[in-house]
This record gives sequence, C-alpha cells and structure tokens, in this order.
Amino acid sequence: MELKAQVPSGPIEQAWDKAKFDMKLVNPANKRKYSIIVVGSGLAGGSAAATLGELGYNVQCFCFQDSPRRAHSIAAQGGINAAKNYQNDGDSIYRLFYDTVKGGDFRAREANVYRLAQISVNIIDQCVAQGVPFAREYGGTLANRSFGGAQVSRTFYARGQTGQQLLLGAYQALERQVAAGKVKMFPRAEMLSLVVVDGKARGIITRDLITGKIEAYAADAVVLATGGYGNVYYLSTNARGSNCTAIWRAYKHGAAFANPCFTQIHPTCIPVSGDYQSKLTLMSESLRNDGRIWVPLKQGDKRAPDQIPEPERDYYLERRYPSFGNLVPRDVASRNAKAVCDERRGVGETGLGVYLDFAEAMTRLGVDAIRERYGNLFDMYERITGEDPYKVPMRIYPAIHYTMGGLWVDYQLMSTIPGLFVIGEANFSDHGANRLGASALMQGLADGYFILPYTIGNYLASTKLEKVQPDYAEFKREQSEVASMTARLLAIKGKRTVSSFHRELGKLMWEHCGMSRDARGLELAAGKIRELGEEYWRNVDVLGGAQEFNQALEYAGRVADFFELAELICLDAQQRNESCGGHFREEYQTLDGEAQRDDEHYSYAAAWEFQGLGQPPALHKEPLQFEYVHPSQRSYK
Amino acid sequence: MRLTLHVWRQKNANDRGRMVKYEAQSVNPEMSFLEMLDVVNEELTLKGEDPIAFDSDCREGICGMCGVVINGVAHGPRRGTTVCQLHMRKFHDGDVLYLEPWRARAFPVIKDLVVDRSAFDRIIAAGGFISVPTGSAPDGNAILVPKQNADISMDAAACIGCGACVAACPNASASLFTAAKITHLGVLPQGQPERHERALRMVAQATLEGFGSCTNIGECEAVCPKEIKIEVIARMNRDFLKASCTDRGASTSSGGGA
Repeated sequence: MELKAQVPSGPIEQAWDKAKFDMKLVNPANKRKYSIIVVGSGLAGGSAAATLGELGYNVQCFCFQDSPRRAHSIAAQGGINAAKNYQNDGDSIYRLFYDTVKGGDFRAREANVYRLAQISVNIIDQCVAQGVPFAREYGGTLANRSFGGAQVSRTFYARGQTGQQLLLGAYQALERQVAAGKVKMFPRAEMLSLVVVDGKARGIITRDLITGKIEAYAADAVVLATGGYGNVYYLSTNARGSNCTAIWRAYKHGAAFANPCFTQIHPTCIPVSGDYQSKLTLMSESLRNDGRIWVPLKQGDKRAPDQIPEPERDYYLERRYPSFGNLVPRDVASRNAKAVCDERRGVGETGLGVYLDFAEAMTRLGVDAIRERYGNLFDMYERITGEDPYKVPMRIYPAIHYTMGGLWVDYQLMSTIPGLFVIGEANFSDHGANRLGASALMQGLADGYFILPYTIGNYLASTKLEKVQPDYAEFKREQSEVASMTARLLAIKGKRTVSSFHRELGKLMWEHCGMSRDARGLELAAGKIRELGEEYWRNVDVLGGAQEFNQALEYAGRVADFFELAELICLDAQQRNESCGGHFREEYQTLDGEAQRDDEHYSYAAAWEFQGLGQPPALHKEPLQFEYVHPSQRSYK
Repeated sequence: MRLTLHVWRQKNANDRGRMVKYEAQSVNPEMSFLEMLDVVNEELTLKGEDPIAFDSDCREGICGMCGVVINGVAHGPRRGTTVCQLHMRKFHDGDVLYLEPWRARAFPVIKDLVVDRSAFDRIIAAGGFISVPTGSAPDGNAILVPKQNADISMDAAACIGCGACVAACPNASASLFTAAKITHLGVLPQGQPERHERALRMVAQATLEGFGSCTNIGECEAVCPKEIKIEVIARMNRDFLKASCTDRGASTSSGGGA
C-alpha cells in the first residue's frame, strides 16, 4: 500500500485554490447520472448529503437513529471557530492555522489544516444565512467567545447548544433536498459492510433496524461520515449508539486506519458516580472562560469547598501556566487534573474530581451574566448531580470525548480504497494528536459543505465507472457474510450480557490506554483484550431474532468491532515511543512532566493496513513535513 | 430503593400490546431513569426474557431520541427535563410507575416504548428551512440580527423534536413542534422571504400526517423538556392566517433566457 497524500505543490496559501482549479468537473446535466451513498447524518454527513443534492447528484443517506437530526454532533455545546477577526484582536487565517497545527502537537498535515482555516469563514456565512441563531451583540453583529489553546476570541456560539443549532441547519438543508427528491433518507439503517467492486468502493450492506432485513445498495461513490470511536472506552461523552462499525468494516476491506491511539480526553466532564453509569456528560470547555479550576493544597482535605480559605486552595492551572491559565488545551488540562488527583488532592466522594468554581466570576459579572452565558449548562449539571452550581463549585473530571484518529484520507478526503471518502470525525485528517475546542464543528462542516462536494466530483469525472447493481455477486457475498455474523452472535447463547463485556473492555482501555500509557501496561492490556474478545464469542448472550427490531443484536455487533479496534489502538500506542497531544507515554516526558515529542523518529501519521483476522496489521508511515509552523515544544506557560 | 414498574410491551406494530409488571429491586437514587431501565434489562436478559425496547442516544437531553410516558406524564415528573436526564432521586422507595410509549396515530409503535416519529421529518421537509444553497451566503455580519430577535429565535430553536408535546396533547397536535420551527426562522431577517409559504406548507403537512389541531390546552408547554412557550403557536397562527389571506399561490411563470 502506498500513501499518496496528493498535496498540491507551491505555497500553502494557494494550495486549495490550485487543487480546485486542477479538478475535473462534472457537467451540471451529468450530475444526475451519478449516485452517491452517504453514511451518517451529522454535521459532516448531513452537510455533505444536502450539498451534493443541491449540486444535482442522486444521494442516498443512511443513519442508525430514527431521524438524521439526532446525530451526535447535536450534543456539541461550546462553539465553532472561524478566523473572521470580527473582534479586531489580531486573528487571521494564518493564526487559526498556526494554533491548530500547534494545538495538534505537530502531528497533522499542514496543507489540510491551512485549508480548514481558510474555509472556516465561509462556514459561518453559510450557517448565518440558513438561520442558525448565533449569539449576537446589541448592535446585531455576531458575538464571540474564547476557547482553550487560543489567545483570540474566534469562537461563534448559540448559547450552550452550538452543535444542535449547526446540525439543525444542515438537517433542514438536507430535508429540503429530501423534499426535492434529490436525497433519499434511510433512518434506522445501520451500515454493516462495504462493497468493493474492481478495487473501487461501490456500495454498502445495511441492516434495516426495524425489520432486520439485510439490504444491498449500489452507487458510484461511498462517503463515510460516521463519527468517532470513543465508546471503545465504554464510558465516554459520546452518545450510546456512537460506534466504529462502519469505519472498522471499511478497514477490514482495505481502508487504512490512521493514528488510532490519538484519543482526546476532555477535562471538564461530570465525574463518574457508580457502576450502573451509562455515559459521561460533558460540561462545555467554554466554562473555563469564567470558571476557575482548583483543588485543596493539602492532601485528603475533606472540608466543604466554602470552608477552604483562599490561601489553602491551589489554582493549579493558573499557577503552572500563567499565560493561558484555565484556558490551556484539553490534553494539558486533563493530565493536570489526573496529576492532582493522583497526589490525593482530588475532591468529591471518589477523590476523582476537581473544582470548577464560578464564585469569583459571579461577583465580578453578576449572577445574571453567568446565567445568560451558561444557564443551560448549569441546569444540566444540577439535574445530573443534584447540586446547584450557583451555590457550590462544580466538580469535574476528564473523560473520553473525541477521537483524532480515524480512516486515513488524502488531501481529497479519499481513503486508500478508491471511491471511498471519509469526512468529519471518522477521518484522521486535521487535528493531529490533539483537537482544539470548537474545531470539530468547523472540520465537520468544512468537509461536508465545502471540500467533499468538490473532490468527489473530481473523482467521478476522472474515473471510469462500470455500471453495478445490488444483485451482483460482490454484493450477494457481502450480504451473506453479514447475515452469517448476525446468526453467529445469536447462536452463542452464553451467560454474559453484551454490556458486561463492553464495560470490562472499557475499564481495560481506560486503565492502560487512557490519559497516560506505558509500554508494559499496553502489552498487558492487549493480551487481556484478546482473551476477553475470545470469551465474547463463546459466552455472550444475545436474545431475540435476526428478523426483528432487536437492540441487543445491534449492540452486540458494535461491541464485537470495538474488541478488534481496541487491540489496534493499543498496538498503535505501543509503537509510538513518544508523547504527543492526547497520547501521553509515561516513559517520555520532560522534567516538569510535559509531553515529550520525538520529531526525529515519529513525525509521521501511522496508517495501519488490515492483513486478515489473527494477522498483525501492516504499518505504513506518511511522513509529515512542517514548512510553515516550525515544530517546537508546546508551551502554554 | 425498590420500585414496581408496569411497562407497555408490544412485540411489533401489529401486536395488540399489554402492560407487564416488573420489580426493580436495587435502584440507586443517583441513577438516571434510563440507567434504571438498563439495569432492569440486564436482569431480564440474564433470566432469558426479552429486554424492554426503548429509544435513547445522547443521554444528555439534547438529541431528542428518548421519551417515555411515566404515570401519564411525558418525560416524567420533572419540568424541563427529558427522561434521560431524570434521576431516580426524584422518586421514592415503593413507588409504582406506569411506563407507556408516546401515543398518537401519527406516531405508530415500533416495539414496546419505541415509536416512529418520521412524521416530524416530513413536516420539516415541507418548509422548515431557509433555501440557501451552499456557497451562496453573504458575509455573516452583512445580516444584522437584533439581539432580541436572536434570543426569541434561539428559544424556539431549542426544540429537540422529541414529540412529548404530541404525546401530552389530548388532540395529539404537533402545533408546538411546528410552531417552534416557524418561530425560529420567522423572527430572523433571513427567514422572511419564505415566511408565508413556510407556515402554509408546514401546517398542511402536519394535518396530512394525522396530527390534531390546537385547542389551547397547554399540556404541550407543560411537558416540553426545552420549555418552549405556547406563544410560538400564536406566532404560527398569525403567520398562517396572514398567509391564507394574502398568498396567491406560487408564481407559475418560469425563467428562460436568451
């Protein structure tokens, strides 16, 4: 396998314009002769399906939820970055590009990131025109807030529901195309396999989640926009249904999987309260604009927070990182929270928590201003914990939130399988080893509205595509494989539930491949995961039948894939003998405990190629060159 | 905590369905309502009984996928809260709870507590959008929106499309849902060109789907987890009435040029 990034030559500022000009175009009258499958309907998939429909392609869009509006992008709270410089505070495309490359700890492809920063400004325009109710100043102009890892105010937001509002914008555009007959929507349908014909992605196999029917769909190109794989850790901020199945099965059909160990742990989530817990809830990073993070200075201090006087508190982020303070990037904030808890200075029942305190901000700005900015987040916190954050500081702890890794794509967002495009969180492209806050929404919409619609046209116009039908042998074969996997799961009739396995897998991953990792732990985890995975196929109990609405069966297939992916994550973390971004290896840190990169040996994207079940995957390396942002030790001091 | 649950069990759309009694033995007050059901389902599975089907996804009150009627109240006893965010500390040891799906002709039951809400998507497809193809937008700050309008718009846009309003309404009306979208878009300058058309089409589609009419009962507002105000329905009615009087139908003349 050869990884061809296809980055245009010449100055980075002109790369995307040059690429667009070099692209072959599909004549408007010919677009209706092409069909495209889009899997996933979140910010990336929804915006792509809508835009492709507007252009005139025939689009089939699939989601496992009951409506495209439910995709997990909806839960993003804080905001979306754009280099508008409306605040006149020195922002620019180049600065957003610089911050994102640096924030990603120099493990992203420069040209992709530059393009993302360029397009960021168009996204805001598009969303405003669609009627996204962004926060406004009294004069009617757009308001901004700051986010971690940046020293300018470039984040646009709609209260604490920015993801929801952006997704509804894309969803409404999508429904407009459904009404126009250009997009056919398939809700409650899960992609279970990819169909490759003559080396090109030509269709998918799905399970209709209501009837259980295994169905085949053919097209000229396939787009995966199926999100991240954070649920491999069981507890994460992802939705219950978020899964890796679509990208994992594409991987098993030849798409390279890049940097799987780059997982992001979000510093501000509500701490775990018990074993029954089904998910973790994020409190937007925007809270760190006004909230101050602290723990008691003394170990094991069990006093109530209001009983601890100022001099006996440690505002550890402000102390260690005076220039960024509470707004250091996510990986830095998370690791520091873990460090103070490891020193037995954590708060709450479990000792796994730190305070996020608004008392000072409420004194300075008034309670009403805080309510206006964060009211819905405070309400959510109160509902979950039963504590009122207007009166007592919030307790927060890091949790798995986002996965920077994903299927490898070139500059055109095409995977190593021709005709298979991957967009949004599902690909690996823009965030390197750590994503900055408010950049996921930006990337999802950049890919879906403004990049893929061009690049997929170029592929269609420059590729000879024979006609294929869903009754071809390639489709039949995949269909029967999917059906037999389903039958196998149902036939095990073991003694343990799917979720008991999933929980155990998650614990192994969190312990050995979470906020910090080391070679021994990873080795150990890989072995245990393999054993547990083998037990899964002997001892899981999935009730009900294949030809019916069966939530246990859906879940069982997803967890089977998580087991395989978990092994790959550990393998990737093991081979990367350095610390960078969200990947922190205990063995590689600076004297003061910061991540220590090894640019000489690890300045590459690790792309893994499937070699068959039970075979070790092959590692391919895409070297990363930094011509514009010179790699340096990230410092937020 | 121990609870007695009477749960609606229905195998599929054609099954008649019935209430079945379960005992939830070890309920922790810190659990969410759906986590309590997860635990019940684990126990059922280990006993070889079919677990209770219910929808949920984000479990943080924003995706709109979950929804259960608890003792006659959509999303249960706590105001402004989806059932996934409802915690067991709101209940008492020994409580008897009746769990039912959303009931409305336009929301057919798929299984147990899971219903088909695709009618909502079709209402949006009928006109719940601003027609602005990708790439055709002016600069964001070229469209000034008074803060007050942006706030009213956002209040309405907070709708999560869960369908509790329909479940609570004695007429099974989708007015709160439909009006929330009409208000979200209708108070913004961007939404003006299609404002009348939007109201006419969306209301017509809601009727076609089999939702009832609004008779100002207000149950929808009482159960709405996002606390959408019933005043949005007044805005919808105003737009609809005005459009009905002034709308002359879409122009039939088409373009064509040299």
